[in-house]
Amino acid sequence: MNISSSQASSRRSRRTGVAAIGVSVCLGATLAACGSSNGSSSSSASGGGGKVGVSLILKTLTNPYFVSMEKDAKTQAAKDNVSLTVAAGNSDGDTQTQITAIDNAISRGDKGILITTNGDAVNAALNRAKQAGLFVIALDTAPNPASIANITYATDNEQAGKLDGQYAAAALNGKPAVIAMLDLFNNQVVSVDINRDHGFLEGMGIDPGSKTENGKEAKSGKYTGGKGGSYTVACHQPTQGAIDGGRTAMENCLSANPDINVVYAINEPAGEGAYNALKAAGKEKNVAIYAIDGSCAGLKNVTSGEFAADAVQYPGKMAALGVDSIAKLARGGSKPSVTGGKSFYDTGTALAAAKPLGGLTVQSPSQAASACWGN
Amino acid sequence: MTTHVDPQATPAPAEELLNRPATPAQRIHSVLHRQPALSPAIVLVLAAVVFSLVNDRFYALQNLSLVIQQVAVIGSLAVGQTVIILTAGIDLSIGAVMVLASLLMSKLVADNHWPGGVALLAGAVVAIAAQALNGLLVTKIKLPPFIVTLGTLSIFTAITLIYAKGQTIALQPGNILMWTANTVSLGQLNLTNGVLIMIALYAVIGYALRYTAWGRHLYAVGDDVEAARLAGISVNRVLLSAYMVGGFAIAVGAWILVGRVGGGDPNSGLNANLQSITAVVIGGTSLFGGRGVVLGSLIGALIVQVFVNGLALAGIDPNYQVLAVGILVIAAVSVDQWIRSVKS
Repeated sequence: MNISSSQASSRRSRRTGVAAIGVSVCLGATLAACGSSNGSSSSSASGGGGKVGVSLILKTLTNPYFVSMEKDAKTQAAKDNVSLTVAAGNSDGDTQTQITAIDNAISRGDKGILITTNGDAVNAALNRAKQAGLFVIALDTAPNPASIANITYATDNEQAGKLDGQYAAAALNGKPAVIAMLDLFNNQVVSVDINRDHGFLEGMGIDPGSKTENGKEAKSGKYTGGKGGSYTVACHQPTQGAIDGGRTAMENCLSANPDINVVYAINEPAGEGAYNALKAAGKEKNVAIYAIDGSCAGLKNVTSGEFAADAVQYPGKMAALGVDSIAKLARGGSKPSVTGGKSFYDTGTALAAAKPLGGLTVQSPSQAASACWGN
Repeated sequence: MTTHVDPQATPAPAEELLNRPATPAQRIHSVLHRQPALSPAIVLVLAAVVFSLVNDRFYALQNLSLVIQQVAVIGSLAVGQTVIILTAGIDLSIGAVMVLASLLMSKLVADNHWPGGVALLAGAVVAIAAQALNGLLVTKIKLPPFIVTLGTLSIFTAITLIYAKGQTIALQPGNILMWTANTVSLGQLNLTNGVLIMIALYAVIGYALRYTAWGRHLYAVGDDVEAARLAGISVNRVLLSAYMVGGFAIAVGAWILVGRVGGGDPNSGLNANLQSITAVVIGGTSLFGGRGVVLGSLIGALIVQVFVNGLALAGIDPNYQVLAVGILVIAAVSVDQWIRSVKS
């Protein structure tokens, strides 16, 4: 578990009683988390300008997407006089570490939790947090069911996939599409995986064939996006969202069907791996890779032509807004509300592509880079 | 296997036992016992034949080239894992050390502008040093290898994440670190330099295990540590050397990984620990030490990749790849148990 406390509290010594209770409550939890709990519990008495305790619980810290959330949340916490505690799972799907972090937030007396959940197993702990009066904000992905969180701050992942798909269909200009679908996992259902995959197919004008599963679309038929044309789905392969996984998946897809000309990649690392595979096969010029993320490095790949387009998301914005909302709410402000017509607060998505295409709203990579994350 | 023994029966004379003709099962058993790489080799050939019949693209040399390329990273790690498992140890930190080394190499070149060769050397030094730490904890503090490497798995992963901040590092082609990705054509087979280095690694370590005193000592320690000690073998030195040879194999794996990834990525290679152990086990090396050969591990890694590739080509749901690997592991360990249990 990665834990840090952005604001070391100076009031620790004054609150020995609370500390004693905190220590007893924290028995069984990690020492590091308890160490910071005593300090921020002082904020529970604050109604006005005092320090507000907020926990940011991320999926992992192995991904620059979540690292960017941590960074922007810390910056916002400093502005809002928030005592921020950051925790993260050890790997995607690590719910136990997240549950421990939620329990720590409750015993610490935090005012709210920002969480990118690793799965449904954290739901019960989040309910406990809500009952204890904490405001729960889901970041990046809504929990299942969405009502587990008070509100979700997210990118519309389906919309991000859709923008890529619409661009892909328009760029094909009526030519047949042979599509490789490079997904995230094959062993667990994660909404971001389904939403991006389905969004891409919908954007191309292909019915995903299921609301809850990948790979249920008709394997060939007609796409209706752009000028429309015939399509074949050559493969669905898991990549684990990593470069080596993306490469192996793409190599196997190419062996199965050497005519692939469109690649959907769940994220930039998977797209990067796909590019490496295509380059090794001497096919990088004839295949268009569509990625989602919008990191600064990924946008450079759009400029260089490695990616045909990249749907941009704003993880840092989600985290910063989340910190700000809880700080305001704790000081008597009103609850945040969802974006009109959606079940969550949409922090937006945009499509970055080097070549603008008629009828589509596209940002140039340099425009998009003004709000990019990572390095 | 249980045999019914009649207490009334007169024991057969020793010569009669020795001269009794062996049943076919006993003969097979005896051959398999002498050649630990044979049973995985049979599985590999059978799998290749079946997949070739199912899909005519499987046998294409282009596709077989890919399978060998895909196996180069895990194959290299499996050499190190084999040497450690032969001492009746196990290394859960092997993938974490590889990711650390690959990121260090990439970052030294990309951010600190070190020459590629020096960065490569630095990566190798760190990998060998990390494994020396594992070895010292096993030999000096007498901790079980499982516990030591479980701990260092977390330590090395954390160091990597702190060092890399979750970022990937892209390298320019032409750097020596990317040399492993360059393609070499052998007739119709398109291999990479990485594959050739991996094969060289197998040749060197395989030779050392079979023909040097170090190799024989390693088997002796793995088979019966007390007997080895009584025979005058410096057990601790052999164990420490096994981990450090493992570190060298990890460095080779890290170099090949950098070529495949095109730089450093903290998320790539995270599953390598278990994949390397899987390759070793399927390859016929006993988890109880003292029995096995590195060639078996290469075959084991190839079997896994042939299944993954073959099932993907056949358009079968990726979940079945995972299922197949699980069945292979159980089958391999069962065969190992059978070979050990029956008298040879």
